[in-house]
Amino acid sequence: MAGVAASQPAHAGAKRSAWKVDSYALFWGLPLALWQAMFFVAPLVFLIVMTFWSVKDFRLEPAFDTGNWVGMFSKGYVIDTYFRTLGYGALAAAVCSILAFPASFALAFKASPAVQRIGLFLLITPFFTSYLVRVYSWQTVLSDNGLLNAAFGYVGLGPFDMLNTLFGTLVGYLTLTLPLVVLLQFFSMSNVDRNLIEAAHNLDCGRIRTVFQVIIPSAKIGLILAATFAFILCFGDLVSPSSLGGSKPPTLSILIVDTVKQGNHWPRAAVVAVVMVLTLIVIAFTALYFAYSTKSTKKVRA
Amino acid sequence: MSLDRLIAYSLRGYFVLALIFIFVPIGISFVFSFSPHRFPTLPLGDVSTIWYEAILNEAPVSRAFGHSVTAGVIVALVSTFIGFAAAYTDYRYRFFGKSFYLALALLPPTIPVLILGLTMLMYLSRVSLVGELYSVIFAHVVFCIPFAMALIRLRLAQMDPDLESAAWNLGANSWRAMRGVILPFTLPSIVAALFLTMAVSFDEFMIAFFVGGVTETLPVRVLMLMQGQVSPRINAIGSVVFTISMTLVILTQILLLTRRPGARRIAAEGA
Repeated sequence: MAGVAASQPAHAGAKRSAWKVDSYALFWGLPLALWQAMFFVAPLVFLIVMTFWSVKDFRLEPAFDTGNWVGMFSKGYVIDTYFRTLGYGALAAAVCSILAFPASFALAFKASPAVQRIGLFLLITPFFTSYLVRVYSWQTVLSDNGLLNAAFGYVGLGPFDMLNTLFGTLVGYLTLTLPLVVLLQFFSMSNVDRNLIEAAHNLDCGRIRTVFQVIIPSAKIGLILAATFAFILCFGDLVSPSSLGGSKPPTLSILIVDTVKQGNHWPRAAVVAVVMVLTLIVIAFTALYFAYSTKSTKKVRA
Repeated sequence: MSLDRLIAYSLRGYFVLALIFIFVPIGISFVFSFSPHRFPTLPLGDVSTIWYEAILNEAPVSRAFGHSVTAGVIVALVSTFIGFAAAYTDYRYRFFGKSFYLALALLPPTIPVLILGLTMLMYLSRVSLVGELYSVIFAHVVFCIPFAMALIRLRLAQMDPDLESAAWNLGANSWRAMRGVILPFTLPSIVAALFLTMAVSFDEFMIAFFVGGVTETLPVRVLMLMQGQVSPRINAIGSVVFTISMTLVILTQILLLTRRPGARRIAAEGA
């Protein structure tokens, strides 16, 4: 970590000799570098190495075998699963963003500070409850003889198939992402300059137009980041598509688990994992590019 | 004017609906943990604590609970220390490779827990560190550092950068300034980070499932119960964990609120 040793104080008040080994700087700089090198970077590097290993008689053997990559990419159902998972992630991000928007809008613009505090507390609460327990709860609500179908039965409707469908998976995805997305949208909208809204109002800009041409462009960064987080969480989630979606058709996470369970094929699972990580990196950087590009804010100013 | 009010009311109503969606699974789990029936039925009928007695008398559940508490406390201490150190390094120093350093500090939660679990299992089993509680702790610290680092870094961003240099100019060395200025100022965020990282570790089941093996934590036990048939014990476990977590959250809030005057005094002295 020569980098830390050659550290320079970031702010002007600190004028010290910058190039001598500074034990104080090392003490604070090194723990993260060491820990993440050992338990984060090394495992990820090993994951890539693992994609080239081979499996003989259910045993792993070090090798340089590109067969895992070729094998996974030449299977039609793997490609299908890849695009299905992308689609699920995109669908979840879109549905969650749209459903969250009126709620975060209400909290940002139609609530007193006291109500805002209570609202924020309630939105943070789910982070301290188990996602698994909440999914289990949804199972008892959505199943064929579950609570919701019992309620429908009272009024002579149903039963509806909700568990083990895409609808079930989406309910799970929303359970995972909705509180976070509402929070992120709220923070970005509460930072919108109120003078802009006032100005739009004075210029006879309609309510809907104000939302789409003033508030959404001003809060763009937070809105895109919220949708990106929703995508990342749902793209890699295993619990909702398996416990509420019934694993059929599978997502990439289910494919990884199946690949490991059937035939102990860790290298192929590693191929899927590497492809997923690369996909997430590309998506995250694309989203950041759009979030921080200045085109649409210029349009508002014009 | 009345249209404005109508819009405002319907938006507020919508917000309440969103909250209902969020709290329905939590509420249902709580309510049905007191129902004696295996399958949830309406109307509720009798109240019973049999599922609570069941989990109390179940050795794997209490063992898993112990593992979760031990891992949670150690993960909270280690990841908060490393997170603090990284946040302070980012705050005070500029150095070659800093963006890579920050990526190391912030990236782990953007990688799906399934992949982190799988990756860590492959790696830790190579170096024979798998299947023990410390395996879970190693992996959870990686996952929790970013939360601690982000909270403490946000607090440091509110600090006047001249405060630390003022301490140096008054003759304090770096360590003394750390103890006298930085630590007191960031204390609320350190407490919050300790609590948040403990909650994250306590709740995380995928990584723990992969690297822990037979050393189950509580959420891994829940995962195992979910693989079997319908078991209202899951509701009972969920309700106990929820009650403990919320008590800790509220206690932390009270602690932070009553400590605030001290923090303010330091800020005022600096200004």
